[in-house]
Amino acid sequence: MVIEANRATDQDEEVIGVALRVRGLVQGVGFRPTVWRLARKFELSGEVLNDGEGVLIRAWGSPRSLARFGDALVEERPPLARIDGIERMLLGGSEPQHGFRIVASEAGTITTGIVADAATCPDCRAEVQDPSNRRYRYPFTNCTHCGPRLSIVRAIPYDRASTSMVAFPMCEDCRAEYEDPGDRRFHAEPNACPVCGPRVWLEDVRGRELALERGEDAVAAAVRLIRAGFIVAIKGIGGFQLACDAANAEAVDQLRTRKRRYHKPFALMARDTAMVRAYADVTVEEARSLESSAGPIVIFDAATAGELLAPGVAPGQSTLGFMLPYTPLHHLLMRDLARPIVLTSGNLSDEPQCTQNDAARMKLKGVADYWLMHDRDIVNRLDDSVLRRIDGAPVLLRRARGFAPEPIRLPEGFAAAPRVLAMGAELKSTFCLVRGGEAIVSQHIGDLEEAATHSDFRAALDLYRRLFAFTPDAVAVDRHPDYLSTQWGRSIAFDEGARLIAVQHHHAHVAACLAEHGVPVSTRPVLGVVLDGLGLGDDGGLWGGEFLLCDYTRYERLASFEPVPLLGGAKAMREPWRNAFAHIEQVMGWERVAERYPDFAITRLLREKPVDQLRRMIATKLNSPLSSSAGRVFDAVAAVLGVYAEATSYEGQAAIEIEALAERGLGSAGDGYPCDIEEGAPLLIGWRAMWTALLRDLADGTAREIIAARFHIGLAKAVGRAACQLAARHGVETVALSGGVFQNRILLGAVAQLLRDAGLLVLKPRRFPANDGGLSLGQAVIAAAREIIGRDKAGS
Amino acid sequence: MMHGSGGRATAQLVTELFVRHFDNPLLAQGNDQAAFDVAAGRLVMSTDGHVISPVFFPGGDIGCLSVHGTLNDVAMSGARPLYMSAGFILEEGFPLQDLDRIVASMAAAAREAGVPIVTGDTKVVEKGKGDGIFITTTGIGIVPEGVSISGDRASPGDKIIISGSIGDHGVAILSRRANLEFETEIRSDTAALHGLVAAMVEAVPDIHCLRDPTRGGLATTLNELAQQSRVGMRISEAAIPLKAEVHAACELLGLDPLYVANEGKLVAICAADDADLLLAAMRSHPLGAEAQVIGEVVPDPNAFVQMETTFGGTRIVDWLAGEQLPRIC
Ligand SMILES: [Fe+3]
Ligand SMILES: [Mg+2]
Ligand SMILES: [Zn+2]
Ligand SMILES: [Zn+2]
Repeated sequence: MVIEANRATDQDEEVIGVALRVRGLVQGVGFRPTVWRLARKFELSGEVLNDGEGVLIRAWGSPRSLARFGDALVEERPPLARIDGIERMLLGGSEPQHGFRIVASEAGTITTGIVADAATCPDCRAEVQDPSNRRYRYPFTNCTHCGPRLSIVRAIPYDRASTSMVAFPMCEDCRAEYEDPGDRRFHAEPNACPVCGPRVWLEDVRGRELALERGEDAVAAAVRLIRAGFIVAIKGIGGFQLACDAANAEAVDQLRTRKRRYHKPFALMARDTAMVRAYADVTVEEARSLESSAGPIVIFDAATAGELLAPGVAPGQSTLGFMLPYTPLHHLLMRDLARPIVLTSGNLSDEPQCTQNDAARMKLKGVADYWLMHDRDIVNRLDDSVLRRIDGAPVLLRRARGFAPEPIRLPEGFAAAPRVLAMGAELKSTFCLVRGGEAIVSQHIGDLEEAATHSDFRAALDLYRRLFAFTPDAVAVDRHPDYLSTQWGRSIAFDEGARLIAVQHHHAHVAACLAEHGVPVSTRPVLGVVLDGLGLGDDGGLWGGEFLLCDYTRYERLASFEPVPLLGGAKAMREPWRNAFAHIEQVMGWERVAERYPDFAITRLLREKPVDQLRRMIATKLNSPLSSSAGRVFDAVAAVLGVYAEATSYEGQAAIEIEALAERGLGSAGDGYPCDIEEGAPLLIGWRAMWTALLRDLADGTAREIIAARFHIGLAKAVGRAACQLAARHGVETVALSGGVFQNRILLGAVAQLLRDAGLLVLKPRRFPANDGGLSLGQAVIAAAREIIGRDKAGS
Repeated sequence: MMHGSGGRATAQLVTELFVRHFDNPLLAQGNDQAAFDVAAGRLVMSTDGHVISPVFFPGGDIGCLSVHGTLNDVAMSGARPLYMSAGFILEEGFPLQDLDRIVASMAAAAREAGVPIVTGDTKVVEKGKGDGIFITTTGIGIVPEGVSISGDRASPGDKIIISGSIGDHGVAILSRRANLEFETEIRSDTAALHGLVAAMVEAVPDIHCLRDPTRGGLATTLNELAQQSRVGMRISEAAIPLKAEVHAACELLGLDPLYVANEGKLVAICAADDADLLLAAMRSHPLGAEAQVIGEVVPDPNAFVQMETTFGGTRIVDWLAGEQLPRIC
């Protein structure tokens, strides 16, 4: 500090040259104009350019102005920029005479500037709402601080020609903005205006453009139709969405029936945070997430005395998922609507949302009444991201629009990693590229067995590989040989001569959590607690409730949930009663339960089933493999409580529902149910005591809310106790929690608190989903670590 | 069968049993080989080892299954089967009356098919070194002029036909193995298909592909053909014949009928223009009465088999590395 001050006074008049190498997300976000503006402010001369490593600045001026320039660069960086580091080097040569200028990217270099799509910035929003502005009510207004990015890019380098904006040559006014370093649209590749840019129109079921009323534009007409109770398909930024008035019960039910999505909650869009507050409790942090440039869906607790929406919006839930307008089109829509709209993905249940106009016309026929179309192609499907505040922090439940493809810097020791491609899981697919010490995780793509989703996955992987000029040295896959991602990873490795590295599912879950929390590659072992649906174990078993002592390269299975037959294999995921039967049969015997509790709904339901055959299936292990799944325990309890006992209509539905029940019972639940912890290798968390107490409660007429809460509390305590025991026994201070079941807010909060109380450091998934959406990151870092450590061994 | 060291004596006994049941002049000659003349032409030969538990099941047993299996493999080239051989590996202690039943069933199957078992061999292994009974059969057949059926001949536009309902055999075996009783007994579909094939080849000599979807079921067979021909396939779930009782059993057991074994069904692929003719020929044969066009061949560099589901979605029907192992997390 003192030295700096001295130098600043002593050498005030001297002019020196400095090169600043800026790393991070600094391309395609208006960084160079900021540099240019600041350089002029501090009277520097020199130049700025994009190159393969980021932004390079050569600046001449007094040491004092150069220092202030450097500070200002960080403080006044553009909203979408992220600076990971600035290196400074002294320059030789003499001060150039041309002042400060922006020079074209150096030929042949690879630009790295693909950033996530960003919600409309306040400046653009103001322009769109200003009748005197040339972009008044123009739905495609954007600038370097906002607008589409990944959703429209086809290739590198990232310039207009390689995006779907290529079809719209800029008019003179737009071109002038684009070329003016002082303008916030300087090199805004999707820059457009009503004269030159994409246009929006409304169509009816027969694909005819609707004639508009006088003084009305297409967006205003869409507003009118939504108000009147119609379902309007809207082409958004990453795909088609279906909109209707969220307070119109008939419209909402109609949408459910037509879309064949009967239960899963619908997302909502509100005009602003104030409108959200009328329906939900919004904390300061939640408001910040809601209003962030990523523009995710945020899951809120529904306000107890809030205004009412249609009951079909989120049946059985005490939460509501809201997002704010994130394109000018959405802003224009919401501006004139007094109530929130349902805004759900434009698809039939299970299929990915449509991205192309023709597909939307065809697929959404019979679902939508009108189509709000535009003529800018969506190149990459991007679903809305979903975020929820859990245990005091915002947690991404689905990571897509607004977040992908933002890279994360990997922890210490990973800089030396080779190029790794990780293929992810089967449902909630993502993939991950590791290069130069960074990991780039794709947007959520979805269920690979679904044909259209699968081809999206392939297309997205091809695109990312082109964008990041990526050829893998190693390909990481799940150990499950039948995952389509595993099969495809195998063939990529084979075709391209890359090493194939198979990674155990739950080990990958833990590693993803370690990586996002900056745990170095050479870490001492930590305890990973993974509460998950299913993953293949190294012993060929189906794992899911696991306690692993692990680092990035190895793991040891210290404990697991008591394995219970998965009655009917994959069928058990869809039909909770199967898990109830398997649990009851295993821990107490069906006959005893049926005799003692003949009037339970679950007893009556199971009596209707071919019980003898089910028991024989278990006895002969006919498609009934043992599984330590945590998800199925929730299903079993849900079924006994009469929650979707027969069948669920989407993954995790029963678990989500009993979480909602438990939320209501927590206040008066008291102690949780006991769970057995049996010593052994692995140690087992068993279910006998829990079921005994639970069934007794049910017989006593205890409210289901209380039972659900006691189940959560008891399970959290057992998991916490086992984790503390194991941590003490193995001298571990850090516990990483992951797996899809940890998206349960009560469970994660309670387990984390117990561990913290015991003085342990708790790591939880935040920026990458705890479910299989985060798996590719874990696979990638495990493969990278094995490569690095293997190489170290070979070298020494 | 007797325990103890009388291996050779037992084998002798068994041989006599075979000669009695199989009863044909070539076998009766008692040579170590069968000698016969064949017409000039293209010969095909196929061999298959049969191991199954239980050995007796609704609709059949290991004996007729071992005849049908090999005859069908020969027939899937379009050939007319001529002769068969049979090799037995018996575990000491295997009940003789069971063996008698099995051999009688083989003989009946061979007689019904009109294809004699003309040579054979028997070995008896010590207790614990076998699983009761293994039967290996080999068949030889002759392909009619102008017939060129091969797994690599499917091309875009072709139609995919199945000869009847799927999953019967596998579900029959699994439910017997677990001692499951269903209201309607599910019987194996085991049958010799060369008669059906002869009728098909006569109607449409230029059938592109034929295959019997045995182990791994229809899904695996379609994937094999897609891969071999480097094409994709699109099938429709609604068009695939499935018996109500098999469907119900699969629902209960959590099995996907697409992956369940068949022993008396075939998949045929032919040019779209020939499909009606072929379908008619199949339907007029008792073993093809429920034949259906289930989809078509499409171009696809990834050689995926896709199925339009009854819910209106499209899913990828891929290979499974092992048993049906749950994948969902
Ligand atoms: Fe998982
Ligand atoms: Mg064979
Ligand atoms: Zn903007
Ligand atoms: Zn313009």
